[in-house]
Amino acid sequence: MDVQLNPEESSLLRFTTAGSVDDGKSTLIGRLLYDCKSIFEDQLAAVEESSKRRGDEHVNLALLTDGLRAEREQGITIDVAYRYFATPKRKFIIADTPGHVQYTRNMVTGASTADLAIILIDARQGVVEQTRRHAFLAGLLRIQQVVLAVNKMDLVDYDQKVFDSICADFMRFAADLENPVAIMPIPMSALNGDNVVDASDKMDWYSGPTLLEHLEMVKVHLGEAHVESRYPVQWVIRPMSDEHHDYRGYAGRVASGSFKVGDQVIAYPAGLTSTITGIHTFNGDCEETEPALSYSIELADEIDISRGDLLAKPENPPHVTQNLDAMICWFSEKKMKTRGRYYLRHTTREVRAVVQEVVYKVDITTLDKVAEQTEFSINDIGCIRLRLATPIFCDAYSVNRITGSFVLVDEQTNNTVAAGMITRTLDGADDSDAAGAYAI
Amino acid sequence: MSLTHLQYLESEAIYVLRETAAQFQKPALLFSGGKDSIVMAWLARKAFYPARIPFPLLHVDTGHNFPEAMTYRDEFVKEIRANLVVGLVQKSIDEGRVVEEKGPNASRNKLQTVTLLDTIEEHQFDACLGGGRRDEEKARAKERFFSHRDEFGQWDPKNQRPELWNIFNGRKHFGEHFRVFPLSNWTEMDVWQYIRQESIPLPSLYFSHQRKIINRHGQLLDAETGFVNLLEEEKAKIEEMTIRFRTVGDVTCTGAVLSTAATLDDIVAEVAAARQTERGTRADDRRSETAMEDRKKEGYF
Repeated sequence: MDVQLNPEESSLLRFTTAGSVDDGKSTLIGRLLYDCKSIFEDQLAAVEESSKRRGDEHVNLALLTDGLRAEREQGITIDVAYRYFATPKRKFIIADTPGHVQYTRNMVTGASTADLAIILIDARQGVVEQTRRHAFLAGLLRIQQVVLAVNKMDLVDYDQKVFDSICADFMRFAADLENPVAIMPIPMSALNGDNVVDASDKMDWYSGPTLLEHLEMVKVHLGEAHVESRYPVQWVIRPMSDEHHDYRGYAGRVASGSFKVGDQVIAYPAGLTSTITGIHTFNGDCEETEPALSYSIELADEIDISRGDLLAKPENPPHVTQNLDAMICWFSEKKMKTRGRYYLRHTTREVRAVVQEVVYKVDITTLDKVAEQTEFSINDIGCIRLRLATPIFCDAYSVNRITGSFVLVDEQTNNTVAAGMITRTLDGADDSDAAGAYAI
Repeated sequence: MSLTHLQYLESEAIYVLRETAAQFQKPALLFSGGKDSIVMAWLARKAFYPARIPFPLLHVDTGHNFPEAMTYRDEFVKEIRANLVVGLVQKSIDEGRVVEEKGPNASRNKLQTVTLLDTIEEHQFDACLGGGRRDEEKARAKERFFSHRDEFGQWDPKNQRPELWNIFNGRKHFGEHFRVFPLSNWTEMDVWQYIRQESIPLPSLYFSHQRKIINRHGQLLDAETGFVNLLEEEKAKIEEMTIRFRTVGDVTCTGAVLSTAATLDDIVAEVAAARQTERGTRADDRRSETAMEDRKKEGYF
């Protein structure tokens, strides 16, 4: 179907689903895709065929997403799978991630690009340790919208008391999350299709939207739309043709805020000020940029700007820093140790970094902070202090997901070994506002 | 302000194309004349405008082409002022690097991998941009934007680099290379809507036309170019049909669909109503349950 433009909000929603197979996650996704006609006949026939061959009793919808040979053999999801569907109101991208502790890194990866998280709860089990971990990770990655999908209501006789008690439990816990999260609890049965796409006739006491209605209506912003204008430079466009002899455009994608022709900007690290003389795209010139879109920007003065530099406005400068604290999730089998050296990739910039100290680790079961640690193992989460060889121009992750995030890369293997979220910067007088902005 | 999904996808693809140009010494854009590679080349033109695309288009040519696709290729390359590099599967066969398949289902599709890897080595390309999309096939659902390949061109699905936010890690050792997929998050519908929005010219094969066709086990294969090996009994059963192609690649493994869709609006409506994936028409994916993953591990696109 043709996606109509929703005039108020984006016509794209990216969301992540957390939960294990036992919570009915695959059934829920299968139900959404199937009811929105995003599963094709040949896909369904292939899945039916494989289910039969494997001796599964029902058509195993997990086989739709578990495409890798090892996954199909072992009946597990080992990676983030991306699924797509559309309704007349919106296009959806699902990052489907496995829910167990040993896949924390996959959940973090899926959550990094999501605007909404669906957290599944088995109505018979209520809020369990895994629920708390999923909510913690959604908060950590700054997902602002959470759907609490209380599934398997058919197995508790569609009882409102069970639902209310689970919601109260979850709300009590969510109140302690540092980043504010909007929570939408929905009672459902993914197996029978109650409140997934169509409203249930078995829960008269629930008057809220179905899951799909909520996903179609919920307000999200793609990219960061706030006042801190940030434009990381990716590439310098120099046609060197007769027609565009002196053209020198800074190619990039707006990380946040907006830029207008005539605006004064500061280029980092040079620290020099200039004025925007042109904002160009292939389709024509613009007066003003939009968040998340790509442009080529020209400046009045010839200053030395290259890839990895940042354009910002004088009234809202970024933090320029070589020392910072960050929450990280460790991805590698090879442990992180204090004094370890890595490449740090931040926006379009790469600098060398050394781990000064482990501030604390988070016990992923109790969510307590554990001090006096010196190393991180795979799937560990915690706060570390880094020293950088050259400055980066950043913001706290709590205010900017793009200029507040980075990855660490192993110097020997070149693998991406950690995801990082900047909590505060430690040099200069300008960091007081960021200090403690992100405590857990 | 409101952002459409096509604006978001376009900007994301442009970002990935610019990252590729910036992070690699010598990238190339894999261009088959199919709609996905056409859209990717169109986006590359936008990404670097008003400069020219700072890398060549690379066509791995099986020799089994629809003539319409070749005419289109040459005109399109001229229109967007790009450089074209061609790797010939016929050359790999002549040099004894690969052996041609035999029998009625013979295809050069699988042989392309060797020619691709040879061409990469000859030109020292360190990143190849591909038009692959995650919605196409289940093994692709877990593919990265920046997909690492070892020095033998192999993909190790269990050892992929995590990709977070919009940070792409293209660091590599000498001899290794990357496949980059700027259209990862696009669906077939997004591609068609974008083609319509941008009025991108396409090979006529994508639109409804009359063609001599042979129906082989439900697959409608071309019987006009002579590249599909026909069995004696099939020769009597060639029929003139009103068809179009949903994907355009090597003639021997590109199936047609019965269609009267003659305009982009018709096609968008047809795709919306389709109950078969577009790869359902591809013989190469039907060879086994994990055919795509197995080919990708060997270095396929």
